[in-house]
Amino acid sequence: MAKFSKKKVNRRKVEASGEGPEQVVRDPGEQHEGLNEADGHVSEEQEEDEEEEQEDEEEEEDGGGDKDERRRQKLLEAINALGGKRQKKLGERSEAAVLMSEFTINAEGEGERVDLSDLIGTVEKNRAVPAKTRKQLKNLQQSKRTVECPLSKQETERIQRDVSFQKAASEVSRWKGIIRQNQRAEQLVFPLNQEPAGPKPMERVVSGWKAQTPLEQEVFALLTANKQPVHDPILTPTEEASLRAMSLEEAKIRRAELQKARVLQSYYEAKARRERKIKSKKYHKVHNKAKRKEFLKQFDEMVKTDPATALEELDKMQTARMQERMSLKHQNSGKWARSKALLAKYDEDARKAMQQQLEVNKELTQKLVTSLNNEQEEEEEEEEEAGHPELMPDFVNDAERGLDSSNPWMRGKLSEEPTESERCGSLDLTEEALLREFDQRRKLRQVQEADTGPVLSVDDDEGMVEEDEAAAEEEEQLSEFTSLFQEMANSRRDVMAEQAEAAPDTSVQLEEGRRRICTVEDVELLSQEEVAPDEAPVQPQLPPATENMLSAPQKTGKNRKRKRGIELKEVLTTEAKVLRIPLAPTVEDTEESDGKLDQRGLIKEAFAGDDIISDFLRDKRNQEDAGKPKVVDLTLPGWGEWGGGGVKPSRNKRRRFRVKTAPPPPRKDQHLPTVIISEKRNSSISLHQVNSLPFPFESHTQFQSTVRSPMGRTWNTERMVKKITKPKVVTQLGAIIKPMAREELMKDASNNSSVDSLRRKH
Amino acid sequence: MKVKVLSRNPDDYVRETKLDIQRVPRNYDPTLHPFEVNREYTRALNATKLERVFAKPFLASLDGHKDGVNCMAKHAKSLSKLLSGSCDGELKVWDLTKHECVRTLQAHEGFVRGIVVRFCGTSFFTAGDDKTIKQWKMESPGYGEEEEPLNTILGKTVFTGLDHHQKDGVFATCGQQVDIWDEQRSSPIRSFTWGVDSFSAVRFNPVETELLASCASDRSIVLYDMRESAPLKKVIMTMRSNTVCWNPMEAYYFTCSNEDYNLYTYDMRFLDRPITVHMDHVSAVLDVDYSPTGKEFVSASFDKTIRIFPKDGGRSREVYHTKRMQHVICVKWSADNKFILSGSDEMNIRLWKANAAEKLGVLTPREKVAVNYSQKLKEKFQHHPQIRRIAHHRHLPKSIFHQTKELRVMKEARRRKERNVRKHSRPGAVPVVSEKEKHVVTVVK
Repeated sequence: MAKFSKKKVNRRKVEASGEGPEQVVRDPGEQHEGLNEADGHVSEEQEEDEEEEQEDEEEEEDGGGDKDERRRQKLLEAINALGGKRQKKLGERSEAAVLMSEFTINAEGEGERVDLSDLIGTVEKNRAVPAKTRKQLKNLQQSKRTVECPLSKQETERIQRDVSFQKAASEVSRWKGIIRQNQRAEQLVFPLNQEPAGPKPMERVVSGWKAQTPLEQEVFALLTANKQPVHDPILTPTEEASLRAMSLEEAKIRRAELQKARVLQSYYEAKARRERKIKSKKYHKVHNKAKRKEFLKQFDEMVKTDPATALEELDKMQTARMQERMSLKHQNSGKWARSKALLAKYDEDARKAMQQQLEVNKELTQKLVTSLNNEQEEEEEEEEEAGHPELMPDFVNDAERGLDSSNPWMRGKLSEEPTESERCGSLDLTEEALLREFDQRRKLRQVQEADTGPVLSVDDDEGMVEEDEAAAEEEEQLSEFTSLFQEMANSRRDVMAEQAEAAPDTSVQLEEGRRRICTVEDVELLSQEEVAPDEAPVQPQLPPATENMLSAPQKTGKNRKRKRGIELKEVLTTEAKVLRIPLAPTVEDTEESDGKLDQRGLIKEAFAGDDIISDFLRDKRNQEDAGKPKVVDLTLPGWGEWGGGGVKPSRNKRRRFRVKTAPPPPRKDQHLPTVIISEKRNSSISLHQVNSLPFPFESHTQFQSTVRSPMGRTWNTERMVKKITKPKVVTQLGAIIKPMAREELMKDASNNSSVDSLRRKH
Repeated sequence: MKVKVLSRNPDDYVRETKLDIQRVPRNYDPTLHPFEVNREYTRALNATKLERVFAKPFLASLDGHKDGVNCMAKHAKSLSKLLSGSCDGELKVWDLTKHECVRTLQAHEGFVRGIVVRFCGTSFFTAGDDKTIKQWKMESPGYGEEEEPLNTILGKTVFTGLDHHQKDGVFATCGQQVDIWDEQRSSPIRSFTWGVDSFSAVRFNPVETELLASCASDRSIVLYDMRESAPLKKVIMTMRSNTVCWNPMEAYYFTCSNEDYNLYTYDMRFLDRPITVHMDHVSAVLDVDYSPTGKEFVSASFDKTIRIFPKDGGRSREVYHTKRMQHVICVKWSADNKFILSGSDEMNIRLWKANAAEKLGVLTPREKVAVNYSQKLKEKFQHHPQIRRIAHHRHLPKSIFHQTKELRVMKEARRRKERNVRKHSRPGAVPVVSEKEKHVVTVVK
């Protein structure tokens, strides 16, 4: 028994095949055709819906013919089989009818077979079937391939499962939009499909409501006659039209514009009225003059921007001039002028008045200069002006440079390096000399770097360790700096004695001179950046180190600087003396290093410019300074004594109101020269602080900003607080929350489509 | 001489009635209110502490069963009704507001394996160890009437689970196979088998109502479509899952409770790895139920605790236990999202609050505002160590506490070992397997 889909088309064919057998007898060729056609049809459908077939299996064709017909069919089959043509037997599936007996489906006509020809026999006759399918069917008829044997049960089941899973998955995926939306929603109110509370309009509650009582009818008649609204949106057609014409926002904007215009107008009117009331002639004169001037200015601009109006204005002005020339208004020929002329001899004011009038006349009769000429002139002027500044700077600079070179005071601003290069130039320019020079400088730097202790270990580790140990011991013993220095001075000698062999003594200097050198260097570095005079106190320390190498001119230069520095030295503490302590051994070092100069030294030389260590030291110093308590002067002049300009509060008072804070506890990095430990970290607070960026946040600033914005009523308006503190999930007390229903999906789809259509509109 | 005095309009500062809040004029200029972060931090800290102070989740214990409570069912239409079946075949209907049993009936011989209330709420089904499915009226029988089921279906095998369709008269059972039944018929309209001999639970998807999920004894979770003749897919895990529950708001997510102390949330479309692994239990997880909002779920465990997990969180936000509560066998989240019900081995049903510190009953508007504000504050400062410490602190029974520790040590040791193996073997030979991938053995199509 052939299986077929329950599609209407096929159904129709089954019906049509009622008279099938006779047809088959009449024309066997046609039957074959039909059969093959049907075959093709079925295979197509199999592709389309495999899973549907399952159901179709169960569905049985109920129209079983009578027994005679069946017999005839069998006979025909037998005849066909004799014909030698092997007919493909369609795979027969399990019979479900036995299982489904409950459905009152009988298994009658089980052995019967519906030929595909029966089903598709009408195709040829049917005009509605396109020619293309007919052709396909014909082709299929001609092909003689055997049908592949069906897959194994496991395989087919697996395929079925896979297909049905895909279907279910795609079905379920429709919810994706809603799920996303709900996950992102700021607030979800459960139960979901809640109807808004409150009274509903009549139309929504009752569908077919009509006015029944005579009063109601009368009222409605009136309403309809006057085109008044009957249903819920209580708006007349005109109101609706106006609503449609302009949105609320547009209307608001327009209203605001109009308001502004009105305000401006009234303001100008008031101003004009006020000005008109002023009687002073002088005021008006000045006013008019100013106006005229302004107008001229405007006119110039107008020529550029709007030539048409400018021409009009020009015409106006010319007509005014013509009128003036024609009239005798300002010609000293009027009555007033004549009277003034009489007085002019004695009265200065009168003379002035006459003068002014003449001036006015002159002004008015003067011919206007065309703006084009003006512009050209202006341009020329500009060119001239521009020419000068270009020349200027070089000239000025040259002069300054000249000054620089000649005047030692001015030269202070220049950095060290050029002078050094000069020095080099003054020396023999041999390599040896250069190297020696470099060496010295290296030594010098080592002295400076010595402060940082371990960092220097590049040079020599053993010596370093020893030195560190020695230093540590000393530090344990001594608490104060002064004593430390004395001790160090002693120890230095000892260490020197120890290190008589090969160990470089750089680290000795390091430990001994730590504080001192550090301070000096800081000052030096600062001076390099800042102003020249500051450099002066620093320089004096350098010469001793390089003494033997430096030539006479340099020395003089240094001396000069030192002289200058003496004044500033007063600023420095007396401890400056100690500075020289580490410098003595450097001379010895130079001798050693002569031989030892190698690649490393050269590299060091190459990176001589960036002095990380001193930078670090400076930083540390700055931090230390920042941590030190500052004296706060709270003295106010005038309280309890005489006040006024130039009166200073008395010393006594100043002493009383100067607040000294207690020194902070010693820094943690006090004894760690190479480390800066921030004192800002407060352990008691850090207990409450977040020490790593929490998950959803991507940056510290993001997290900080969320924490920083307050939410409470103290800082926000009531409405804002409500908005901020809106809970994410709201449930109603005592309401059953049902699982999401399919209607939500529909709602979402309709929403989306409406949104889409809106977008398309815009 | 004109004397000017300050005069104010009393309307600005006098409240109209005694019930009004005192009007407090405020200047919101931030410069006038410094230290806002510090102040809010203190508030948040206080709110967190208060939350812990008021966290008293246990409401009531319903006793009356004569054996361990094996299954429970919520009423579909009424919040106050609860049905519970015990291991001796007894079924009880409870009134939750009065904390009392309103009806008792001997439903089965042996265990009551499953109870489910029909979507209309007029009748309910029970399945038991005596191979029967019975349908009962929700109303208790009148005076003199016998307590009799409306319908009894005799099955061939034992039924271990039962669930009803959301809208149609169709229900599903599981035992040796998963059967779909029409209420009107005595034989299943469809049965699914897939080389497994027993299933422990079956659940309908409440959203896509034709889909089902079941847990099988071969450590797999199998998905079905009621309309298809064959199952859809199954995923085999390292250990057996006990129950499964679909998210009622998100159609394709379900969570299963596993014997390996964890719960796994899956996306049914991608079964090759769970979306989230929920860890915290220290023994097999026996039951799981989603909150009706679909944001959280509650799990019952053999370790005598119930835990509440956020649906996308790997760790539980709450743990409930009492001294007398034994192995918790079944758990339900009430339909109004406020309560949790747990049935345990020692014959009691316990009623808990879903939010331990929540105040029950109607809140005044001011209370509501305060609650919302403190909730937001806690959320805002949740990452601060002090607040986190307080908010996360839970007292645990000693045994569970120590077992947690022990598990942690074991896990760490395993991790270390794996790391060492990786370190000493050829690069790429020992791949890094994420926690999510570890527990899935295969996905069978």
